[in-house]
Amino acid sequence: MQGMNLWQQLVYYFTHNGQYILDQFNRHFLISIYGVIIAAIVGIPIGVYISRHRHLAAWVVGAANVIQTVPSLAMVSIIMLGLGLGVNTVILTVFLYSLLPIIKNTDTGMRNVNPDILDAGKGMGMTRWQILRQIELPLSLSVIMAGLRNALVLAIGVTAIGSFVGAGGLGDIIIRGTNATSGGAIILAGALPTALMAIISDGVLGYLERHFAARTQ
Amino acid sequence: MALTAFLEISHLRKVYGDNVAVSDFNISVERGEFICFIGTSGSGKTTTMRMINRMNEPTSGTIKINGEDVTKMDPVKLRRRIGYVIQNIGLLPHLTIKDNILMVPKMLKWDQKRMDERAVEMIKMAELPEDYLDRYPSELSGGQQQRVGVVRALAADQELILMDEPFGALDPITRDALQDLVKDLQERLGKTFVFVTHDMDEALKLSTRIVVMSHGEEVQVDSPEEILRHPANKFVADLIGEDRLIQAKPTITTVGQIARPAVSIVQTATLREALTLMHKTRVDTLLVTDPDGILRGYVDLEVINDHFRTADTVESVMNPKVFYVRQSAVISDTVDRILKRGYRNVPVVDNAGKLTGIVTRAALVDMVYDALGSGTSNDDGQDRSTDGPRTDIGTTDVKEGAHAVDPTPDDKEEVPANNGHLS
Repeated sequence: MQGMNLWQQLVYYFTHNGQYILDQFNRHFLISIYGVIIAAIVGIPIGVYISRHRHLAAWVVGAANVIQTVPSLAMVSIIMLGLGLGVNTVILTVFLYSLLPIIKNTDTGMRNVNPDILDAGKGMGMTRWQILRQIELPLSLSVIMAGLRNALVLAIGVTAIGSFVGAGGLGDIIIRGTNATSGGAIILAGALPTALMAIISDGVLGYLERHFAARTQ
Repeated sequence: MALTAFLEISHLRKVYGDNVAVSDFNISVERGEFICFIGTSGSGKTTTMRMINRMNEPTSGTIKINGEDVTKMDPVKLRRRIGYVIQNIGLLPHLTIKDNILMVPKMLKWDQKRMDERAVEMIKMAELPEDYLDRYPSELSGGQQQRVGVVRALAADQELILMDEPFGALDPITRDALQDLVKDLQERLGKTFVFVTHDMDEALKLSTRIVVMSHGEEVQVDSPEEILRHPANKFVADLIGEDRLIQAKPTITTVGQIARPAVSIVQTATLREALTLMHKTRVDTLLVTDPDGILRGYVDLEVINDHFRTADTVESVMNPKVFYVRQSAVISDTVDRILKRGYRNVPVVDNAGKLTGIVTRAALVDMVYDALGSGTSNDDGQDRSTDGPRTDIGTTDVKEGAHAVDPTPDDKEEVPANNGHLS
């Protein structure tokens, strides 16, 4: 590695550890997406529920807000006390951070559905379940999608920190770089794919969001 | 066994806290009627309508459809049987027009072939091109969207259609077209409509009966003609507006109401008898009827003079080409025709063709004069009818039909009297 500049070192690292980086990339992405999906499974129903029970909304959103204020390193450490080292701790952290954007956006999306459309649906004889499935969810999908997008970008960052508790992922590479002397190239080899993942996720979910929005204007 | 009306609402009452939205509402609606609820905002008209499909639950009272109490029915099943159209259209933006139209049939689980056919039928009924079925609501104009909204309410053969100010947000031309569409559907398909509006013109144009509401009370329930002719109180009169009350006269008066008795002779009578009758009643033309009173033609003095020696019965010399109007015809529709053809008088017949009287130009003058009496209205249509008789009244070049003997044009009292005896 002597006599190479930073970029040459980076290319060298990629060519010699390509498979390793790809493995960590996948692992990183899966940890993030699992956390977000579980948060969606829990958060969307909560969002739907509080959109119908307004007095609960302030409490639930307030609680989610409090979670958001805890620094991610602190959160990972606190949860580690309970769950120990490993991937589950990170998934739970991602889950907790993802709750706020998902709940909040679901609530907003549901409340912004045009009341005339709801009235027409009910007046034509739709059941409550049909109204939810065929009107409210499709029409708030783009707003819910925006929440998922926020959550996933956030989750990718949180997962990077999760390496401290031994969950693996691209954070591992970054930490290895910080521990090595002149590890700049290694840090970049971990950081660049992380950033790329966040940008691509943002772009793909943003595209889906616009796609759903176009059909529901 | 008592005959039950299609829709029977009795002692309906709706209270929100201390606020009485609807108090003691009663109506009995026959199948095929077009009922308009009209009133100011807060009059309870929308609340009343929404209680029919249980979008609002009544505080007390009963609503029966075909004798079935709606409060004892499953609201979801009930609503699927009742068409529902709202002001802001309420099409689902994420579904195609076809899926929007088929919402209720889908809920009722019709088979796919039947639904496909139904969608095509409905889009035709809405007078929209068939390829619109695959479009999304945002690709249609507001008027086109509401056309879809209207046929969506009919797609599952609902017998009763509720409409809540459906055309309030549309421009006047589109609104007119949609009113025609709805009226046509009601007349052609025999559906029953309950229609909420605050637009009196709309109510008068569409309804078979109007329910005027104010502060939750029924003020008047009547046909449009009766409401115009006899508003129950000042509130109703104000709601109708002075302009419409004035215009109403020519539009709702029937020919029969302004007809005067006609002088006629049986077709088997002799020319001598005819001449005697003319002399006695001082007219120069006689209407000829058969023994049952059916109008057959007319004879005038000139013809009698020409054929007095050669013919014996009126029948052989009468002119069978006679322009007449039906007594049930509305004046405003016939006045133009009468005036344009230049007749002094036009015989009036009932539906069986029996002669019942005669309309004189003088009577038309009187009517228009009354209508414009207050001098407030300057409506085009009325101007035209005023000009007609006033300029023509003294002219003598009447081309065809019965002539009066020398009407004195300037004397308003004399003209109708003489003309009345004309034939």
